[in-house]
Amino acid sequence: MAKQHVVTTLNGNSVEFLCDTHQTLLEVLRDELHLTGTKEGCGTGDCGACSITLNGRLVCSCLTLGVEAQGKSVETIEGMSNGENLHVLQRKFLEHAALQCGICTPGVLVAARSLLERNSDPTETEVRFWLAGNLCRCTGYNKIVEAVLDAAKEMRGA
Amino acid sequence: MSTVLDRTEKTLKVIGTRPVRPDGVPKVTGLAQYGADFSLPGMLWGKILRSPHAHARIRSINTAKALALPGVKAVITSADLPDQKFDYVGPERVAVNFWHMTRNIMAREKVLYEGHAVAAVAATTSAIAAEALRLIEVDYEVLPHVIDVDEAMKPDAPLLFEDMITRGITPAPTKPSNISKRIEYKMGDVDAGFAAADEIVELNFKTAPVHQGYIEPQACLARADADGQTELWASSQGHFVVRTMTVKLLGMKTGDLRVHPAEIGGAFGGKTVVYVEPVAVALSRKTGHPVKIMMSREDVFKATGPTSGTSSTIKIGVTRDGKIVAAEALFKYQAGAFPGSPVMNGCMCGFAPYDIPNVRTIGYDVVCNRPKATAYRAPGSPMSAYAVESTLDMVAAKIGMDPLQLRLKNTAKPGTQLVYGAKHAHAGFAETLQALQRHPGYTAPLGKNQGRGVASGYWFNGGGESSATVHVNEDGTAVVATGSPDIGGSRASTALMAAEALGIPYEHVRPIIADTNSVGYTQATGGSRVTYATGMAVINACNKVIAEMCARAAKIWKIDAADVIWEEGCARPAGKRLGEFEPLSFKEIASKRTATGGPISAAASLNAEGQAPGFSTQFCDVEVDPETGHVKILRYVAAQDAGRAIHPAYVEGQIQGGVVQGIGWALNEEYIYDQEGHLSNAGFLDYRIPVASDLPMIETILVEVPNPNHPYGVKGVAEANIVPPMAAVANAIYHATGRRMTELPMSPPKVLAALDSGRGG
Repeated sequence: MAKQHVVTTLNGNSVEFLCDTHQTLLEVLRDELHLTGTKEGCGTGDCGACSITLNGRLVCSCLTLGVEAQGKSVETIEGMSNGENLHVLQRKFLEHAALQCGICTPGVLVAARSLLERNSDPTETEVRFWLAGNLCRCTGYNKIVEAVLDAAKEMRGA
Repeated sequence: MSTVLDRTEKTLKVIGTRPVRPDGVPKVTGLAQYGADFSLPGMLWGKILRSPHAHARIRSINTAKALALPGVKAVITSADLPDQKFDYVGPERVAVNFWHMTRNIMAREKVLYEGHAVAAVAATTSAIAAEALRLIEVDYEVLPHVIDVDEAMKPDAPLLFEDMITRGITPAPTKPSNISKRIEYKMGDVDAGFAAADEIVELNFKTAPVHQGYIEPQACLARADADGQTELWASSQGHFVVRTMTVKLLGMKTGDLRVHPAEIGGAFGGKTVVYVEPVAVALSRKTGHPVKIMMSREDVFKATGPTSGTSSTIKIGVTRDGKIVAAEALFKYQAGAFPGSPVMNGCMCGFAPYDIPNVRTIGYDVVCNRPKATAYRAPGSPMSAYAVESTLDMVAAKIGMDPLQLRLKNTAKPGTQLVYGAKHAHAGFAETLQALQRHPGYTAPLGKNQGRGVASGYWFNGGGESSATVHVNEDGTAVVATGSPDIGGSRASTALMAAEALGIPYEHVRPIIADTNSVGYTQATGGSRVTYATGMAVINACNKVIAEMCARAAKIWKIDAADVIWEEGCARPAGKRLGEFEPLSFKEIASKRTATGGPISAAASLNAEGQAPGFSTQFCDVEVDPETGHVKILRYVAAQDAGRAIHPAYVEGQIQGGVVQGIGWALNEEYIYDQEGHLSNAGFLDYRIPVASDLPMIETILVEVPNPNHPYGVKGVAEANIVPPMAAVANAIYHATGRRMTELPMSPPKVLAALDSGRGG
């Protein structure tokens, strides 16, 4: 079957790609567009390592087809910093040592940004429940939660 | 959330600070390259066909249809790999047998577990490779299987190897069995010890097999040239180990394989062996194209190393005043499909924190139809500690003694004889107990259905072979290359130690992990050895650089090198030349390298000894829901001896991560098999590792009793922390409910059943 032509907005830029109808958006991002910051941990939507936003909604890109990106806006980890200026969350993750191996980090950061867009002053419990779909095996989540709370505080100007 | 105790007087400048890790930025921007993130022009996709049966004889494999599929470039089976000699090589505790390993990489006579690799293909796309797997015809003769360790030891159990005679029994048994090995350690007179005891507690325990659960599935990219020169990009705990195993499994020369260390997305012991790497190289050799293989999560659960499920019996005798007089343990560990469980470690570590005059531990290594066990964080120690520390809790209850006090009374000290022959060389255990005694939470009141549990843990910690090279740049910065993959922040600790030793700012040190052809041999990142052993190699190389910097300063000043000393990051004239010249900084000397003799660099390699063991003591408060059996962790406090915390935030991270893995092991995680021996929960939905909302903050206490054998006092910190949690949680449940949980995981159905048995319903 012929490949599909898809036009989408990726991290603010207009992008066109060809994909098979069975290809997931995760496969398209990684294998066709060479944006490997979005990770595959499970391929079944259970680990959150492939978290992206699609029209502002947090989704697992492994459960989204490439063709679903048609006409939509896709945001990945690669679009989070502004040149040399890291997003507050990225900076706070580094300052709090909130990553060890770092494989879950892109997904956690995308998910955390999505939380703070909706709730600028989350409680620890709210952070823990929002991030419950992002598995981290290294940190025990302590420093991740601390970094998100600290980033929220700074972003509120508190 | 953390307190630091027993810090020695601080003369260190950067060690003990918490700078941003050197490799941090690419990991928060998505640019860091992990195993699956490498690609090359002309690359093919490799995929592996896996057994649908737990145990079957392979009658034949027909690859013709798969090979005929357009886009398929090669299909391989075990016939494409050289067979290996049957021989256990290396130290007994970690011996490998390549006859087994080649059969694990690709099944030969039989498949021994569901998910066992049978054949592999390389094709132009991932989809074609997947289609090709469906076209491979394997004719199986399905055989009876066995998974549970106690079942596998029965005389009539299905045999995985029809000729396996148990090692370690004299005279050798005449009948084959699934028992690969028997181990026994003893000291003193155990029978006399128990006879002198006022109270004896004896309990049986079982633990379920659990997976390391790293988030990054195994992945690699191989490129073999027609002249045999081969490169491999792989996510592993040791790229030198990958090289050693791959060349042996493929019959290559070591110098022909260059392995590049990818960033590694978690491992915890599970990436100390190869699975896909030799297959990718074999496919690349056969096709002349680069080949990438990525495991799926299902493959990871079904075919890579979980750790053993175990069955054990513990007996401890104590006098009324709390002195342990005798202890005995029987440990049976699943090795999985091939011999080599960590049962030996279990036998060695279980009673190691304690000074007990009469001890006997017996262990059995038992093969069964599930994937070959691979190292998992303090391999073997958590299961034995769960059993021993749970039993100790019953001992404390029986004699009415506080559990920390009982442990303090029996603490092994430097010089204490251990059952496995060694003597304790270091302190640090008692200090973790005392740290918890002082913690206000330890005596805080508890509510209804709540309980507090205490447990301790021991891990050897590792030394071993490491290499480092330091290159001084003309602007006074330095590149520090080591051979240790960084799985938890070791580049930060490496840079801190180098900055301290060289007397330059942390930001002026650029630590890298060099490939196998660019730095000296270095063992895997494992056994909590990197900050200790590789750290010493780095410090040794830095000291050589300092000596060279002094020699260069002497040259500039035209004086004897013996009259130059290094202080505060500068060369200074000393002795009879004291005060004659202005000091020369690291940067000034570096900038004059061309005129003073050329490039300044130094390498150091060593086989480190003198590592000190790791001790952790932890308490947790739980609340048990009497309606559902759900156990909620309310509070968790973990004290661990770090020797000295080079980067305290990453030491805390190791403790928090290890504790949470232990909580998962205690409450949720288990391999569940159906009647056919198929794994029923090969995914993160049903194999549930802890998520953020399951947990409270994990409070850490860094105890620092420096190791005199390391220039900065380092002890390994990555593993001892996973040893206590299962017993700490079990003991807390006991104190909340009065029910002793002797099987892991302590999932709601099991806890509810225990509550119901107590309620008579």
